[in-house]
Amino acid sequence: MLDVALSQQSPIPLAANFRCRAGELLALVGPSGAGKSTVLRAIAGLSRVREARISVGDECWQDSRDGRWLAPNARAVGMVFQNYALFPHLNVVDNVAEAIYRLPRVERRTRAMQTLATVGLEGLELRRPAQLSGGQMQRVALARALVREPRVLLLDEPFAAVDQMTRERLYEELAVLRTGLKIPVVLVTHSLHEAHLLADRMVVLRHGKTLQEGTPGEVLSRPATVEVARLVGFGNLFHSPVLANNADLGGLVVAWGGTEITLPAPRATAVGAQIAWGIAAGDVVVVKAARAAGEPGAVTLTLERAAALGDSVHLTLRTTIGRERLRAVVTKRFFERAGIAPGGPVTVELPREHMVVF
Amino acid sequence: MDWQALRISASLALATAALLAVPGICLARWLAYSRRPWRVLVEASLTVPLILPPTVLGFYLLGVLGNSAPLGALYQRLVGAPLAFSFSGLLVASLVFNLPFTVMPMQRAFAAIAPDLLDAARTCGLSRWRTLWRIELPLAWPGVLTALIMTAAHTLGEFGVVLMVGGNIPGETRTIAIAIYDRVQAFEMDSAAHMSALLLVISLLALVVVSWLGSWQRSARGLL
Repeated sequence: MLDVALSQQSPIPLAANFRCRAGELLALVGPSGAGKSTVLRAIAGLSRVREARISVGDECWQDSRDGRWLAPNARAVGMVFQNYALFPHLNVVDNVAEAIYRLPRVERRTRAMQTLATVGLEGLELRRPAQLSGGQMQRVALARALVREPRVLLLDEPFAAVDQMTRERLYEELAVLRTGLKIPVVLVTHSLHEAHLLADRMVVLRHGKTLQEGTPGEVLSRPATVEVARLVGFGNLFHSPVLANNADLGGLVVAWGGTEITLPAPRATAVGAQIAWGIAAGDVVVVKAARAAGEPGAVTLTLERAAALGDSVHLTLRTTIGRERLRAVVTKRFFERAGIAPGGPVTVELPREHMVVF
Repeated sequence: MDWQALRISASLALATAALLAVPGICLARWLAYSRRPWRVLVEASLTVPLILPPTVLGFYLLGVLGNSAPLGALYQRLVGAPLAFSFSGLLVASLVFNLPFTVMPMQRAFAAIAPDLLDAARTCGLSRWRTLWRIELPLAWPGVLTALIMTAAHTLGEFGVVLMVGGNIPGETRTIAIAIYDRVQAFEMDSAAHMSALLLVISLLALVVVSWLGSWQRSARGLL
């Protein structure tokens, strides 16, 4: 278990707390400048944070309370850098073997070759980094990080420097490789897609502060705050006045686009107060035109725009009154069969279990 | 050709380059990596010999190396001979005025190493010595070699500081640059011309090697 608690005001403000279990892949997600890499560097010991407690299992790497601080080369950490940081003057096998230089020369080479084989790099041992493709460089960097048998694996935007096709292949390779890893893996990424594909849990950071921690599904569909909702591209975020606090139904009735919507009520809210609420675009249910509007929970809107992206169509719907915009996603097949056209009516249902009140 | 002067110049150049190699690397690394506020002060002090007239630098060095100064007096007590106007005194002066020529190219070479590589070395568990030996020096060696060649070449041609600190003692402090001046004063133009040509060839060769090292490093970086 990797346990991290970081706090400082300057030079980069930090207030990050999270844990990562052995065998778990935790993604640190946030916009540029959110402090993701700083957190990763602090775990590796490359940045020194003023108030910090970093421990792995029973081993404490840093504790500012008693001044304990282990130098990076004394921490059993494997790190893959954004641009891989392979030693350019050393060939592939020497790059990997250098990380275990304290072992006898023969053993060093054997283990380096074995690790290179596990990442599928047989036959490239004598090449220099400049003679490798982006994907191959990433695998060398991964082999170099793993050959030390680290207690924590840190991946700093490892897919940022490769093209899309290579990236998709590397996602699969990492997904396969990590099943055999029994250590905490921390991945820094600004891509929600990457976090969703690879991570067991994710931590959303902004200005160095932990905003939310949870599974990618939880965070993406139930952001804890408006700020997280905006960061994860929640899709539909509204501010509406509360018309009634309906205790019998266990919900809040709010005015939205000329109609009334009943939201789950997480807390007592005064009538007349403005509340923020939302629903992920993927959770909006578009009902076939044939189904009559006026059913409980159904709202009829006007299709403003339909953008076909791959197999799905992203719909932008508009309320008649108030001109609120709701985003929804349907499959291309559904879109073609439902006979939906821009300017025409579309009936949607907003399932209460997917609505989020902030 | 004053072979004795040439031998003294060559000895001085080689000894200066050899003695400055290790402290030069240490100082250059510190200047390249340090974020201490007083780094700028050290860097500025180091470059003083570049802009100070050699005679002024020689004058101050003479003050430090003379028998009345602590360093000169200590040397006199230990060795039994004066430091000023001796080969040893000349060497001390040479170390001082060559410091920027040694450190600056080395500093540039170390500063050019991508910080990620040094971080990678640390997260790979490499000790400081191992990082220096296996990562930094193999990447910075063209700059280190350039610095040492420039130091040696600069020492061969130095005149002002040598004259002030060493004088013109044949077999002890008379370098080839002083010998050329001496021959011109004595209207022995042929001899002066031969020695000047030799210095010109050595200087050109040094610059060719330095230029080749620079282009090698650039092409190697492109490949790496």
